[in-house]
Amino acid sequence: MTSLLEEQALTLLLEAVGVTKAFGGVVANDGVSLAVPEGSIVGLIGPNGSGKTTLFNAITGAIPIDAGAIRFKGNDVSRLLAGDIARAGIIRTSQQPRIYGGLTTSDNVIVSTAMRTASFGSLFGRARNHAEDKVEELLDFVDLTAKAGIVAGELSFGQQKLLELAMALANEPSLLLLDEPTAGINPTLINDLIDRLKVANNALGVTLLIIEHNMPVIMDLAEHIYCLAHGRLLAEGPPDAIQNDARVLDAYLGAA
Amino acid sequence: MDETRALTLKRLLMIAGLLAVGGVAPLLFPAYQLQLTELLLFMVFALCWDLVGGQMGYNSFGNVLFVGLGMYAAAIVQVGLFYDVGLYNEARGGGTDFVFSESQFMTGLALGIPAAAIVAALAAWLLGSLVLTMRGHYFAICTLGLGIAAGQIAAGIPWLGAGSGMLTPNPPESLGHVSLLLYYLALGLAVLCTLTFAWLLSTRLGLTLNAIRDDEDKAEAMGIKTHAAKVTAWVVAAGFLGAAGALYGNMVRFIDPIQTAFAGATIGVWMILMALLGGKGTLLGPIVGAIVFQVTKELFWTYLLGWQRVALGLLIILVAVFFPSGIVGFVRERKRAEGKP
Repeated sequence: MTSLLEEQALTLLLEAVGVTKAFGGVVANDGVSLAVPEGSIVGLIGPNGSGKTTLFNAITGAIPIDAGAIRFKGNDVSRLLAGDIARAGIIRTSQQPRIYGGLTTSDNVIVSTAMRTASFGSLFGRARNHAEDKVEELLDFVDLTAKAGIVAGELSFGQQKLLELAMALANEPSLLLLDEPTAGINPTLINDLIDRLKVANNALGVTLLIIEHNMPVIMDLAEHIYCLAHGRLLAEGPPDAIQNDARVLDAYLGAA
Repeated sequence: MDETRALTLKRLLMIAGLLAVGGVAPLLFPAYQLQLTELLLFMVFALCWDLVGGQMGYNSFGNVLFVGLGMYAAAIVQVGLFYDVGLYNEARGGGTDFVFSESQFMTGLALGIPAAAIVAALAAWLLGSLVLTMRGHYFAICTLGLGIAAGQIAAGIPWLGAGSGMLTPNPPESLGHVSLLLYYLALGLAVLCTLTFAWLLSTRLGLTLNAIRDDEDKAEAMGIKTHAAKVTAWVVAAGFLGAAGALYGNMVRFIDPIQTAFAGATIGVWMILMALLGGKGTLLGPIVGAIVFQVTKELFWTYLLGWQRVALGLLIILVAVFFPSGIVGFVRERKRAEGKP
């Protein structure tokens, strides 16, 4: 198995080493290791229940891990709280969109703009003058400009997912974890979304780690793919190799 | 641009009109001075409850804690500046030994009200780090307990007059209508509270509080410093509650630890009811709610005496069933349904 790092000798942004997490008797992550080089787009696939979202939860500090280490920019972040990890530069989106339902669409983006280095006093700055251009740009980026003044709870499922993406980008993360970004999105919008994710990666310099069930999408986007099954790392490699890997096909379709 | 300017002008005129009404009301209706003062303090109570309960989504049942702390703090400063508080309370504040001159009374009031705000805010800051890590029902039950505990503790301290309570200083006769002075102080506090909250809600803190209300875990995962925002809102609300408590104590003149200061069953519940009645999570709601509540309460207490609590209970049920988003919320929903902004 050739590692992406050996091939390209890139600097690592995120590195998970032997991450293990059990819920009672169910081992959701069993010694999972993966590496995400800076500036890359990495895919994470696997059948339902294979531990992908658990790994995301572990990386973002939503759940504590039992064993292993998660290094971000060289520092171990596996014992940090969710807020500290977010401020360090890791932001995620969810399968079920999580937005602030009572705020307007644009306020959702405004309140998500990065405040990493901000002082306590900045809490008392006027909310809506803050980075207005950037907010408009991001709403335009996800095609929600027309919905800017609408209470976000009234947006459709797909629109809420796009809004969550805009919120995540507003936060200017170094690493963005996307949990099934195309699930529930209108098929005609999926190609747009792929383009936008590529732009975010290229132009905005955001490294992406993406969970995706839509194979054409992930094969198109990712440079390197990890496949999980039953909580363990089953295979890794470039999209072509993964597509033809017998173990991956077995995991998805059942052994022949 | 012109439209927004016209809107601001309209708003300014409205505010000026309201201030004028507030300014002359006690002179036009001298018989209702006490009720009007109470109304203004109720507005502050409801606004403060709503900042944490409505805007931030943390349903506190213990805000009377800060009202009571402010009430006692002000009374202690007002008396303690000139007399020994223990002896004063032992003598039930009366007699010829504890007379307050004009300047003593005014100095006491001038220092007592800010002291009340500071004491309540400090208490909120100290408690906040612990209490605000709890959520939902746990937070509600914990704050309820805090309010009850504070009343029981105050009732057990002889220095504060224990269960027999404490009297606020007797205003000297030469001062004339102190109730009018209290009314204008309450008006000033209500205006200051409304303006402060209007400003706070327009800042990033306001948005942050709403984000916490909608999904605190998400806010946390987005790197928002939720704890700092929560404590800030709680401290600001407590400060205003303390100042309002100071005025309330001076208005009723007698501080019973459980019936007046830490009155969870009356003021404590009423402030929540007012916010819900007017519209939770809006700036106007608690103000409207306080007016409607005070009017109905006075009517019930006058015309339905004996059944007043039953009538009030019925009102609560009707509001909860038919206007779950309150008066202001209901009007806004109707407007939105009609397609008006």
